[in-house]
Amino acid sequence: MDFSLNEIQTMLADSVGKFIDNEYDFDTRQSYAGSDKGYSDAVWSMFAELGWTAVPFAEEDGGFGGGPPDTMVLMQSLARGLVVEPYLANIILAGGILKRTASAEQKDEWLQPVIAGELQATLAFNEPQARYDLANVTTTATRDGDAWILNGKKGLVLNGGTAELLIVPARTAGGAADRDGITLFAVDANTRGVSRNAYATVDGLQAAEVALDNVRVDDGRVLGEPGEGYPALDATIDDATLAVSAEAVGIMQVLTDKTVEYSKNRKQFGVPIGTFQALQHRMVDMLMACEEAQSLLVWSVMTRAADGDDSKRAVSSIKYLVGTKGRLVGEEAVQIHGGMGVTWELDVAHYFKRLTTIGQLFGNADWHLDQLASSPGT
Amino acid sequence: MHVTFSEEELAFQEEVRAFFRDELPDDIREAMDSGAELEPEMQIRWQKILFNKGWAGVNWPVEYGGTDWSPVQKYIFAREEGSANAPVVIPFGLRMVGPVIYTFGSDEQKKRFLPDILESNVWWCQGYSEPGAGSDLASLKMSADLAGDHYLVNGTKTWTTLGQHADWIFCLVRTSSDVARRQEGISFLLIDMQSPGVSVKPIILLDGTHEVNEIHFDNVEVPVENLVGEEGKGWTYGKVLLQHERTNSANTFRSEYRLRRLREQAARPVRGAAPLANDKNFMRRLAAVEVDLKALEYIELRTLAAVTSGKAPGPESSFLKIKGTEIHQAIDTLYMDAAGYYALPYNPGPGVGEGSETQSALAYFNFRKATIYAGSNEIQKNIIAKHVLGL
Repeated sequence: MDFSLNEIQTMLADSVGKFIDNEYDFDTRQSYAGSDKGYSDAVWSMFAELGWTAVPFAEEDGGFGGGPPDTMVLMQSLARGLVVEPYLANIILAGGILKRTASAEQKDEWLQPVIAGELQATLAFNEPQARYDLANVTTTATRDGDAWILNGKKGLVLNGGTAELLIVPARTAGGAADRDGITLFAVDANTRGVSRNAYATVDGLQAAEVALDNVRVDDGRVLGEPGEGYPALDATIDDATLAVSAEAVGIMQVLTDKTVEYSKNRKQFGVPIGTFQALQHRMVDMLMACEEAQSLLVWSVMTRAADGDDSKRAVSSIKYLVGTKGRLVGEEAVQIHGGMGVTWELDVAHYFKRLTTIGQLFGNADWHLDQLASSPGT
Repeated sequence: MHVTFSEEELAFQEEVRAFFRDELPDDIREAMDSGAELEPEMQIRWQKILFNKGWAGVNWPVEYGGTDWSPVQKYIFAREEGSANAPVVIPFGLRMVGPVIYTFGSDEQKKRFLPDILESNVWWCQGYSEPGAGSDLASLKMSADLAGDHYLVNGTKTWTTLGQHADWIFCLVRTSSDVARRQEGISFLLIDMQSPGVSVKPIILLDGTHEVNEIHFDNVEVPVENLVGEEGKGWTYGKVLLQHERTNSANTFRSEYRLRRLREQAARPVRGAAPLANDKNFMRRLAAVEVDLKALEYIELRTLAAVTSGKAPGPESSFLKIKGTEIHQAIDTLYMDAAGYYALPYNPGPGVGEGSETQSALAYFNFRKATIYAGSNEIQKNIIAKHVLGL
């Protein structure tokens, strides 16, 4: 039994930690978030140079050969800086589909540039009507000679305004919520018929609504077998769910630390507010939420890495827990910071907003609890 | 990062599992599954089975007849014990006063008391709390005044669990009130329950059970040789016990056993009605407790890994106490809600309700105690606030 990080994980955590300490303070983060693109190209290139973008890919794909524990370490470390660079969209989502489905030529064309930080990509997995059902795909792809014609709408496409490559699940067979009949297409975002309405999300990151109007896509842009895209989509979203859960745990820990620190310094009625028992017990609840979340995260990541029967259960368990306990920690952090907690100026509010955003992604707490309630149990 | 046990640990786990499977008597197993409190006879019979196997003194050093197990072995034992829903030993002798005697006691005390504790020949109870001293233990008042070769003891202990069966009681008493700190002047005294002046008065709990007592001491003469260690050091000795009391209260695998049974129960139709598993709200609550329990299991494992790598167990034991008791209570609540109307009959005898249904409300009522005893959960939060958060 051993819960310590291995040598590579320790190095990864250290190098990300140093980067955030030295080059990514809160003001810097805010300036990147407020720029036109919503992140820094220079920082993204540096991520690639340092090999962080290669973490979850096999060595034969030019990756680092990392698994869920390595991604966990990276995401939890990035969380401390509230990093806005589109790691999730490029590496976990688009990269997750490409590594599972792309042919050797397709990997050369898209996966390598993504890992090198030269191509911005994303996965347009969600549709406006789908809520959290991945199989609810009404975007259609119909045959037209040796090409396909795509029509439909994708919602809240992360990094959707900047991405040059959109991976688009579209229905080539079956009914509106069938798992069979979903085909994955690698669509150049500049293809005629693709229109994007880009916007910021409440956490300061970027997304877009994407409309596909008679978009013509070559056969060579089909990823994997036609009609069989769902398993890769599902597995990629599970990875993404674990990744943002790790990020959430990192944020919960930051918020708890900052709140405890604040309570030791902020004086009211002549004493630090941290001396009030009413607040002490609530901060203990925050700390315990962090301990629970960290412990469950370790289980979830190890269980997902082993890829056994419990894998789905592990993913839903941690997402449910960070959904509920993350909300508790976020709300309490704001409350205990008092008036300062509700200002744009203070970083606490921005951690809170990112944590809240994560709560809504890839199935909220209610949705994952439903998965657990209807599963056969342990 | 991995949670696999070593070859030796796995072999040990197999041995422990087989022991619980083969040696736990059927009548005791059934009594445990019914959810009711175990009869003292069954409790002692089981502890003697453990003794005969050499597993009574889990924490004890070999020289006193203990197992000398590693932290991982103790964890495995507790895990299998919980998974088998086997009775836990009554802690007062084997887990509490025994370790105090072999750690701080004289050679005569060791010779006189330890063998009977290990063999469960003598029933011990704990005299810590007093009517005016609950969570604030240091305010205890029971006095022990030195009078030649004995102490003259006066005062009242309360919440004394199973004291009605006890042969002996270990007490924290005040031997001096002329001290700078209240914690000084407290001593650790062993008292024969047959001594003249000792009287036991039952306290009936809200579920109707006689589990705890108030014990009065009226000019009880206690020989000085029954003082453990030094006069005035009782607080230090007593604290060692409380720490243990807390780590023991997570009970993760017993909770897992109970949740697994509840899921099985929910999947079956009861009295011709649709299975409870059709009730989404109930199943959501059940699933939420399962997630909490899995988190607790890994908090416990991470703590164990830290202890194994040489770190002392610290305030984590407070986490385990808080979460372990909260989860236990949440499961009690689920059982009661699952039983519906049949939670209501009060000890109706056979033929009413199914399985543990008619015990479910009583168990729910009874176990409200868990977040109050052994340092209430609020006290545990004070400890965490002070020692972990530095507030």
